[in-house]
Amino acid sequence: MTNAVENPVKTQAFIKRRRGLSRDSVERLMNIVSPVGLLLIWEVCARTGIIDVRFFPAPSKVFQVMYSLIENGQLVKHSWSSLQRLWWGILFGGIPALILGVAMGMYRGLRVVVEPVIAATYPIPKSAILPLILLIFGLGEASKIVMVATGVFYPILINAMAGVLEINKIYFDVSRNFGASRWQVFRTVALPGALPLIMTGVKLGVGLGLVLISIAEMVGAKSGLGYMIWNAWEILSVETMYVGLITIAVLGLLFTLALNEIERLIVPWKSSR
Amino acid sequence: MSTSTLTSAQDASDANVKIRIRDLTKVFQTKSGPFVALDTINLDIPTGCFFMIVGPSGCGKTTLLRILAGLEDHSTGSLEITAPAAGRPSNSMVFQGDSLFPWMTVWENAAYGLTMRGRPKSEIKEVVGHYLARTGLSRFHDSYPHQLSGGMRQRVSIARAFANDPDILLMDEPFSALDEQNKVLLQEELLRIWEETRKTVMFITHSVDEAVTLGDRIMIMTAHPGRAKVMVDVPFERPRRVLELRAQPEYGELVYNIWGHLRDEVQRARAQDEGRAS
Repeated sequence: MTNAVENPVKTQAFIKRRRGLSRDSVERLMNIVSPVGLLLIWEVCARTGIIDVRFFPAPSKVFQVMYSLIENGQLVKHSWSSLQRLWWGILFGGIPALILGVAMGMYRGLRVVVEPVIAATYPIPKSAILPLILLIFGLGEASKIVMVATGVFYPILINAMAGVLEINKIYFDVSRNFGASRWQVFRTVALPGALPLIMTGVKLGVGLGLVLISIAEMVGAKSGLGYMIWNAWEILSVETMYVGLITIAVLGLLFTLALNEIERLIVPWKSSR
Repeated sequence: MSTSTLTSAQDASDANVKIRIRDLTKVFQTKSGPFVALDTINLDIPTGCFFMIVGPSGCGKTTLLRILAGLEDHSTGSLEITAPAAGRPSNSMVFQGDSLFPWMTVWENAAYGLTMRGRPKSEIKEVVGHYLARTGLSRFHDSYPHQLSGGMRQRVSIARAFANDPDILLMDEPFSALDEQNKVLLQEELLRIWEETRKTVMFITHSVDEAVTLGDRIMIMTAHPGRAKVMVDVPFERPRRVLELRAQPEYGELVYNIWGHLRDEVQRARAQDEGRAS
């Protein structure tokens, strides 16, 4: 008997809650709320002496240093050179990986030949081949770009291949029956069909690229965020180190957001599900 | 050795025959030995014939269609298909189940064949626009397949095949996944569109009702290995209206007759399945 009275009230409350922010915007908001929350806790801990400020300076202190580094142009200069290397590395590593990966998914013969090589070289830590890359490509820009390229290459290739292999065989039958050429099959079936997984590979690759560019710049570079962090260690400027770390973190976050937006645009048949 | 030839219309001894199949056999090599999917099939399909193939599941009817579509090779025997006029494709297939590219809009899907053949934009616009209008999908040309119902998706699939303007239409149980109401509507629609061009059609179904409703001639196939059991001519005049047709007493008689031929085969197919399962 009481149920009949309670139910309408519950329903109303339910509707009210749904009228607030949509789940989508709440999730987007968390992108900002959650890191800011961490910084606040950190600040409180530093000021109350719970943590050692020689190693963990208060965020407010770090932001002061960051401000001065922005003002004298240092931060922008270093970020810019890192970004340029990252960009070329992603292009030089990503495009061949994309083409080879999709082709490996399409052609069994190619897959059989190339896959063992990929499987054998993939687990080698990319940072471990830095000395070799420095030896081959020298201390200039090329070695940094190659470093990023090797990191980006594997996740994109492996995801592109898996993406093609996951495409339902019926779509290849359709394209054959409708007279598509090999190139047309590549362009209209294999590539778009693999795109959702390729985007996952790109996200992983870009993340790995950020890691590798920082490492590469710590050795034999005169610019870049990695160099800035290494240099800060040498002159014991802990705050500058944190500025470098925060900048890398912010760049990583921006890349993820940008790539999510790109995914929304180029994979419209998945995102609206 | 198998021979698969395309002869020009003049060369064929009977100019009216579109598809000529002689002693066609298909054997699949499986882990448990050779599997005969199709056994000495002989067929002459005249130009403009709406040809139906009915058979129990697993009788190889889809294999026959895939061979005609060029998606599968046959093992022995010969297959002759009259060559289409220059610039026209020989056949287009309406596949069973979801075969629309999920990454293309309705329009891009329907235009697929013409786009692959590099037809001029103006032609694509006209032809695709026509068939999307005929299938009642004009409003949805920018939608993606997952935004459509199953019946609408199959309509796009039909529009895609017709828009490609092939000599022969191959249809592999295109309506089997649809509910009864949608099925009748789509059968009517298919007949209406087909009346415009009267292309040669090879249509596979497991529904006797569908075969009698749509077809000019029906081939009933045996359970595995697939052979032609009986050929039945459908006497009903065209154009046909699905529901009016089904109200006629002759319709019921014909369906009953065909069921008589088919019943044994369905039972044999069931016995085979049970034998395999145990």
